[in-house]
Amino acid sequence: MGIETPNGFKLDNAGRRIVVDPVTRIEGHMRVEVNVDADNVIRNAVSTGTMWRGIEVILKGRDPRDAWAFTERICGVCTGTHALTSVRAVENALDIAIPENANSIRNIMQLTLQVHDHLVHFYHLHALDWVDVVSALSADPKATSALAQSISDWPLSSPGYFRDLQGRLKKFVESGQLGPFKNGYWGHAAYKLPPEANLMAVAHYLEALDFQKEIVKIHTIYGGKNPHPNWLVGGVPSPINVDGTGAVGAINMERLNLVSSIIDQAIAFTEQVYLPDLKAIGSFYKDWLHGGGLSSTSVMSYGDIPEHANDYSEASLKLPRGVILNGKLDEIHPIDLGNPDEVQEFVTHSWYKYPDETKGLHPWDGVTEPHFELGPNARGTKTNIEALDEAAKYSFIKSPRWKGHAVEVGPLARYVIGYAQGKAEFKEPVDKLLTDLGLPLTALFSTLGRTAARALECQWAARELRYFQDKLVANIKAGDLSTANTDKWTPDTWPKEAKGAGFTEAPRGALGHWIKIKDGKIDNYQAVVPTTWNGSPRDPKGNIGAFEAALLDTPMADPEQPLEILRTLHSFDPCLACSTHVMSEDGQDMATVTVR
Amino acid sequence: MSVLVLGIGNILWADEGFGVRAVEAFHRLYAMADGVDLLDGGTQGLYLVHHVAEVDRLLVFDAIDYGLAPGTLKVVRDEEVPRFTGAKKMSLHQTGFQEVLSAADLMGHYPGDIALIGCQPLDLEDWGGPLTAPVAASIEPALAVAVDILTSWGVPPIRRAEPRPPGSGLLANDIDRAAYEQPRLGTG
Repeated sequence: MGIETPNGFKLDNAGRRIVVDPVTRIEGHMRVEVNVDADNVIRNAVSTGTMWRGIEVILKGRDPRDAWAFTERICGVCTGTHALTSVRAVENALDIAIPENANSIRNIMQLTLQVHDHLVHFYHLHALDWVDVVSALSADPKATSALAQSISDWPLSSPGYFRDLQGRLKKFVESGQLGPFKNGYWGHAAYKLPPEANLMAVAHYLEALDFQKEIVKIHTIYGGKNPHPNWLVGGVPSPINVDGTGAVGAINMERLNLVSSIIDQAIAFTEQVYLPDLKAIGSFYKDWLHGGGLSSTSVMSYGDIPEHANDYSEASLKLPRGVILNGKLDEIHPIDLGNPDEVQEFVTHSWYKYPDETKGLHPWDGVTEPHFELGPNARGTKTNIEALDEAAKYSFIKSPRWKGHAVEVGPLARYVIGYAQGKAEFKEPVDKLLTDLGLPLTALFSTLGRTAARALECQWAARELRYFQDKLVANIKAGDLSTANTDKWTPDTWPKEAKGAGFTEAPRGALGHWIKIKDGKIDNYQAVVPTTWNGSPRDPKGNIGAFEAALLDTPMADPEQPLEILRTLHSFDPCLACSTHVMSEDGQDMATVTVR
Repeated sequence: MSVLVLGIGNILWADEGFGVRAVEAFHRLYAMADGVDLLDGGTQGLYLVHHVAEVDRLLVFDAIDYGLAPGTLKVVRDEEVPRFTGAKKMSLHQTGFQEVLSAADLMGHYPGDIALIGCQPLDLEDWGGPLTAPVAASIEPALAVAVDILTSWGVPPIRRAEPRPPGSGLLANDIDRAAYEQPRLGTG
């Protein structure tokens, strides 16, 4: 049956139903079902996710100053981002101002996470949708070296280097344990890279893994430890003592210099490895411009990286802030996270109960009451679902909407808004990349565009790291050593009741925390995470979310091997925020794909 | 010689926190020999590769579904470890510890010795809940096993005369085990 959604997409669930469960190489458990027509083109998409159990259950009654430590444990990837969002929410509620140094250090922490996450996402989770690892075994190391040297000055590019790497990879594959590469559709017709480009990408996969040990040192220095760095309501926990020495304790000159040298490495890796790879890989997929979804019509970014401490206005935020609706790129709507009519979550199609499900709830008043039931047209049982009924409740993800509109969030959303605002730092790199690849601006609204925006943002973030590190050092040299404001540390300085909202741009999109404080304790706490926006099910009006929209109209080479679905979903860097990881004997298998 | 003692898991999901709670208790009760690092790895998945790839020997605490009685400890060694550490569906970026070990291998830095001290969980669904009684009771025995293994590696831990006070160790800010497991308004 064909229908048209209010947000302008045609859905038809008449054709064969393909079920992919789980979607591999993401955080959390996610399932997607699509209907394909006679030509194997996707005409309906249904995305569903694991339970998001409200963090309020755990936080209610606890000390607001410790909320960050709990939220840091929600997710294995966005740890620091959740913590930063949490301390901002508390500071917003209690009207606490932080010192300039704390603002710079927080920005450095957040940008570091951005660079780290984008690198890991591209090389370790997403590249395998474009790069055929097994094909790399048949590459000519000499030709690989020539290819690498033709696109970059990166020094690790000799024929011997690639020969050695290829030998290790061969031994690895022959041992039968594909390890991190085991969930791949190797040899799939949708892989387009020549063996040499594949081998080069595998080499950089390993180099990016190795680079992690450097980049996380920044978190160790400013956050005291890694993983799980420390945060502080009112500032940052590390004091500054420029004359100090040694590897532990206060931030000293030696460690500021170490951070500075790691930032240089981050800039070099991004500019000499990541971006050239993105361009080289992209040049083989120029005709694969599916997956745009909502990106050309409705996108949102809360903005982040304040230039000035405590100034979260659009003018101060270096990552763009605003909403674009219905493709009107010349009209950017301002955001007020405290306005009850703006951000709302609906559960009409989610496995939760509200008193009135035709209405959405603002996060300050949010509730999370699970209610798992399958619709009348679902097939299978509650423990073994064969096919979902998307006309009923079908996901544990809620449906957040901005003034009722479904929006895409993430690097592409940020770049679309920055581009529409005419900001040179976003517009110029996009224009240059598109020109180099010989593609029109409309090509940006695609899976590949999403992947490219992440790479461009990684470069932007690495350069901003340099900016804020220099700003921090200059401020310290000018004599300002303050890193925390403790004026309102004790609860007796707080109002009896307060509420606040904190936001960041997590690597994968807009992240908000809403807190209510009563008698010095947390009364309610809600987090609306980026993948809730992108992976949301339909809302009461029938608007589809970003994942479902992006999958539509994509042709599949072989529905039994849904590489195209993985490619588009991975381009969002989904994170289903459950981050439980029970081990079991024998491990997991390749994603199960069922055609019905 | 360098040794990493790594606890993995999510403290917010009841027994799924076993690994992190074990390493937290190890730190409270024992002082480590030179060259031995303790790490609360949480659910960091591939972000842990470089920690694993930098050491000669690796000791891991984790909740493992062996299909045994809850709280049962089982030690797995060396080449057996990857077989027991493939994640089920709900994993960090679908990256179980098996993938972390494979990635370290591919990087050419596989630890020379690996020991995995696994504990059979009872409840992994209790969001915000504490360790269950059988799993909590297995922490001290798990530490005794760890002491034996580290001793056999020539780096015996020394029992502290007084345990470090709660909240002063690897986990603080109300997520150390004592504070975390206090009954709260929202839980139970």
